[in-house]
Amino acid sequence: MKKNITQNIGFLMLFLCIIVTLIFLGSIIYFISARGAKVISWEFLTQGPRMGMTQGGVLPAIIGTFYLTLGAILFALPLGLSCAIYLCEYSPKSFVVNIIRISINNLAGVPSVVFGLFGLAVFVNFFKFGVSILSGSFTLGILALPLIISASQEALMAVPQSIREASLSLGATKWGTIKNIVLPTALPGILTGVILSIGRVAGETAPILFTAAAFYTRGYPKSIFSEVMALPYHIYALMTEGTHPDQQKAIAYGCSLILLFMVLLVSGIAIAIRQRQRGINA
Amino acid sequence: MHNRIKIKADSINFFYNKVQALKNINIDILEKQVTAIIGPSGCGKSTFIRLLNRMDELVPHTSITGKIYIDDVDIFHTSADPVEIRKRVGMVFQKPNPFPKSIFENVSYGLKINGIKDKSFIEEKVEMSLKKAALWSEVKDRLHESALKLSGGQQQRLCIARCLAVQTEAILFDEPCASLDPISTAKIEELILELKKEYTIVIVTHNMQQAARSSDYTAFFLLGELIEFGKTQDIFTKPNDSKTEAYITGRFG
Repeated sequence: MKKNITQNIGFLMLFLCIIVTLIFLGSIIYFISARGAKVISWEFLTQGPRMGMTQGGVLPAIIGTFYLTLGAILFALPLGLSCAIYLCEYSPKSFVVNIIRISINNLAGVPSVVFGLFGLAVFVNFFKFGVSILSGSFTLGILALPLIISASQEALMAVPQSIREASLSLGATKWGTIKNIVLPTALPGILTGVILSIGRVAGETAPILFTAAAFYTRGYPKSIFSEVMALPYHIYALMTEGTHPDQQKAIAYGCSLILLFMVLLVSGIAIAIRQRQRGINA
Repeated sequence: MHNRIKIKADSINFFYNKVQALKNINIDILEKQVTAIIGPSGCGKSTFIRLLNRMDELVPHTSITGKIYIDDVDIFHTSADPVEIRKRVGMVFQKPNPFPKSIFENVSYGLKINGIKDKSFIEEKVEMSLKKAALWSEVKDRLHESALKLSGGQQQRLCIARCLAVQTEAILFDEPCASLDPISTAKIEELILELKKEYTIVIVTHNMQQAARSSDYTAFFLLGELIEFGKTQDIFTKPNDSKTEAYITGRFG
């Protein structure tokens, strides 16, 4: 009897924790939606800003964020996945490899503003890419790298040894086994890493602060060497600069809502792909 | 009837790190015969069978002395390609391990990785392999469903079909029925007897009855040593070594 009571209290506590978490999550979505929805209109989504950021839309920032995120993933996914494959499948399980693994995981904990300064020093100044989509994409890509590597590593390690053996025993080469068996099986897990990185990259402000973002650009980016507007930086700028705080605040909430929606949309697509893949695998 | 030697193990010593797992093993495995390897857990029988198609290489920190020949090819020679050897000598594992792909893709996998693209050839080969593995009638209407939906016994027969499609000359069975129910086990044993018409078969088993029922030759391993090797009939009726007798009569193991 006493045992049951303790157990029920335990379950109740756990359940309450879930509720609290859901309340936070729900209220974020509620407040951002309630305040952001007011300014969302067709014009807001399809035009550039006017009248010192107090009117018009934020399309350049949406496009900028899209380019930066896309660039970062295009850079980080092949590189990160290759690293993960090498670490999991090829490198001998040695002391040095463990150090590399730990270093990669620690890289994930580096504050994003540090990545920003690094990007400024390396991509903007050293490689002379200037403040541009390219510099920003590389900087964000490096930020996403550890996420992608560790998610891919976990996904690769979760592939049962038995099916690798099966493939090898049929006369497949190691690379053939990785390409035909290991990677397809690990794909859902790898996609999870990509989803997480997209969410992280799209919303980061500090790394693009010195490497890519502009408060205002005339028209749309013309090449990968153009400065861009980006949603997170736009929100930051609206809240800290300018002369019409009230109007700017409303637009900032609008931007937040769009950013939230973009991230959810991209995640949704990736989840759909993952589910489909699981359906095939199951 | 004289069968020629298909696989020859010549003074094999095998080490994990510094621990010796196999001690001076000499066996001649005859073509188109079933050779069973029996012995208690940890006696080195799985270690031995994995040497025969160089699957031991997947485990790091091992070393080996001695030679293994398949026909006349020295498989540990530096010029020998493990990929080529595994195309000739297939393996069926303890637990069914189909790929998380469709039934068809599982069987055609070995052909595809060998660069075969001819669709009708692949289809024919898949059908033939599934028929040989006595699985065709059960799966012919759902070749494109996931292999993981099959039962354990069916999965194991699928793994056998997968081997057969690559036209291996010999098939190694590493406790193939360890995770199967008696009916599935009986089907696999039946299949082994059928396959022996075309293939050289080596089977590691814990199950003495299985060895007695399905093999022509039996090798008894104990603590890394080959204690006795001979005709199955002789091993089970008049073993030469007292340890063999003790094991097969169930006094240990």
